[in-house]
Amino acid sequence: MTETIENLRDFNYYKLNTNKHVLVEYIWIDGTGERLRSKTKVYDTVIKSLEDIEWWTYDGSSTDQAITKFSEIYLKPVCMVRDPFRGDPHKFVLCETYKPDRKTPARFNFRWIAEKIMQEANECDPWFGIEQEYFMLKRTGTTHLWPLGWPIGGFPYPQGRYYCSIGERNNFGRALSEAHQRACLYAGLKLSGINSEVAPSQWEFQIGIAHGIEAGDHLWLARYILERLGEEFGIDINYDPKPIQGDWNGTGAHCNFSTNKTRENGGYEYIKEFILPLLEKNHQKMMLLYGLNNEARLTGKHETGQYNSFTWGDGSRGCSIRVPIITKELGKGYLEDRRPAANMDPYLVSSALVDATCLNAKNLINFIEQFAESLKQL
Amino acid sequence: MTETVEHLRDFNYYKLNSDIKQVLAEYIWIDGTGEKMRSKTKVYRDPITKLQDLDWWTFDGSSTEQANTKWSEIYLKPVIYVKDPFRGNPHVLVLCETYLPDKKTPARYNFRSIANEIMEKAKDFKPWFGIEQEYFLLKRTGTTHIWPLGWPTGGFPYPQGRYYCSIGERNNFGRALAEAHLRACLNAGIKIAGINAEVAPSQWEFQIGIAEGIEIGDHLWLARYILERLGEEFGIDINYDPKPILGDWNGSGAHTNYSDIKTRGIGGYQYIINELMPLLQRTHQEVLKLYGSNNEQRLTGNHETSSYDTFSWGDGSRGGSIRVPVITKEQGAGYLEDRRPAANIDPYLVSAVIVDVALLNSTYVNQLKQLLVDSAKQL
Repeated sequence: MTETIENLRDFNYYKLNTNKHVLVEYIWIDGTGERLRSKTKVYDTVIKSLEDIEWWTYDGSSTDQAITKFSEIYLKPVCMVRDPFRGDPHKFVLCETYKPDRKTPARFNFRWIAEKIMQEANECDPWFGIEQEYFMLKRTGTTHLWPLGWPIGGFPYPQGRYYCSIGERNNFGRALSEAHQRACLYAGLKLSGINSEVAPSQWEFQIGIAHGIEAGDHLWLARYILERLGEEFGIDINYDPKPIQGDWNGTGAHCNFSTNKTRENGGYEYIKEFILPLLEKNHQKMMLLYGLNNEARLTGKHETGQYNSFTWGDGSRGCSIRVPIITKELGKGYLEDRRPAANMDPYLVSSALVDATCLNAKNLINFIEQFAESLKQL
Repeated sequence: MTETVEHLRDFNYYKLNSDIKQVLAEYIWIDGTGEKMRSKTKVYRDPITKLQDLDWWTFDGSSTEQANTKWSEIYLKPVIYVKDPFRGNPHVLVLCETYLPDKKTPARYNFRSIANEIMEKAKDFKPWFGIEQEYFLLKRTGTTHIWPLGWPTGGFPYPQGRYYCSIGERNNFGRALAEAHLRACLNAGIKIAGINAEVAPSQWEFQIGIAEGIEIGDHLWLARYILERLGEEFGIDINYDPKPILGDWNGSGAHTNYSDIKTRGIGGYQYIINELMPLLQRTHQEVLKLYGSNNEQRLTGNHETSSYDTFSWGDGSRGGSIRVPVITKEQGAGYLEDRRPAANIDPYLVSAVIVDVALLNSTYVNQLKQLLVDSAKQL
């Protein structure tokens, strides 16, 4: 909401250094499972590692994670990075949320599942690369949002010209995307690239190569930074799988995945003979964990596979799984799961992939139950 | 009102700092409304190294509703000074108590004087405080009308639920000001412990603590001063009204967290629920009168408040008068949160009455109530 606040005398409050204090921003996933919240705690000690950060509490009844009568939710610090907005020595700390018994996860805390799964499947050494797509929207009035650069309430030229575009005519919002890249790298996140996407005002950043739990941690922190940057630029960040109806791409979060077996000699055959059948067998179940409203996006058009059927192809972008040409060429490597929507929880998706391919899918039903539990009304 | 002042030649007068050998001391006091602050600058030739270097001063009390024209002088007694984050080193902000010309009788709305007395009496019990000051950010439309920052003028945004600790263009309004305030307070040496966006859109909170005794009032008032001054810079009005917008929108409170050696010691939790809670319940009606004017509008029982007329409490519950945090119950000792005070309280008054009820057998309660009544009387 930066439009109505003017720093009229350009009062540079960022020059006010905080002396011996460290500002720690506690970040958590709220009761929608898709949005992040945060608040600041002032530390007057040196912060060297995660162990220096204490557990905290917040008002869960204000984030749809508790009722007023028993409103306390605990914040358990799990991942700490540098704060690119405030600079050193200040920190961002991603947290898991727990009920007052400190053991029961609060609504939409799925990280604990991922941690358990990654430990169990440690020998498989799963690697991830997630391509997070998103739309940039501009607010017109207080309730209406429309993509940045589009005529208000109307449509620009059809797709075809925007993917990786340059120039005034076709590229909208590069400044924000670039700022995001730099801020994530400053923070120490494993951001590996950016590009403008097929739809106008649609962008993508990639997190990877991330090992195990890192995939979820780094993606959520990158999302946090993106949304905070959106504040600075007056841009709304949108992860809706199908934000605009019509001949416009939806927004996905393709998940690139490999294990030690797919990366070693014979890996390509292993993918075809073991991994793909396992994924096909568990298709319906995994789709339940791949983002709400994903059916609107997986139509079979706009470079998606159909929601209800499992398909794959070498180098094909029209199906559920794409096996990259380079994997076939080298005889080993990774595959790309194109099914997850942009609004998915990376802890759930990474856990599902590892569980299905390394642990015989024995936990999938449990994940689905946990997810359904979080969706219930309080 | 910085909008109409145009900096036409971008004359950066703040660069003139380094050539000034004098020290600018901003004398700050609470005025005759009991809720707003005033200040004026005195130029000192010599460096200020201790409180004693700052002289008593006077001001025109008839212009702040603290005196009548005929006997208008009110004394300013410096009580604490900090670095001035606006002017930078070596300049200072000086918080003052106000006195009638006899230099002994506190002027209207000077509650620090009696609070100090109470804190002195109770100091062996080491009362600690943390106050969560909530406030709204308002933008002026025209000269008289103000409406929350980011709301459609005269209208309403999406309902609450999405704004508490929010991030992003869609849901977070005014972070720049809250952040500037945090830094300015830290820079000044004020005991600010954190900030967060609150439940209502354009509502924020900062926390002052842990402060012992009289410190809580001093630091909170100075933090309020800095916030209002920053509002000038940003063209934003700061509002502490307990219920600024009617309807399904949260009011603004100043929850006061409290502990003493008894609550922090072994068996503290039992002490809180068995001995302290009954004391708080018994004095509920009396004490509420000192917890901010118009607080009845806010304490409705909805929007995470308790009802004005009833005293209630719960472990981890945000719907009662007092919340005992889960961590206090877990550890068997710690602090409690009094959720009754409104955002527009005088922290000297509230901290003094809590200490009085908890440690001094409520001996001062009537005197405090009387002082408030006297301050509110017509001059």
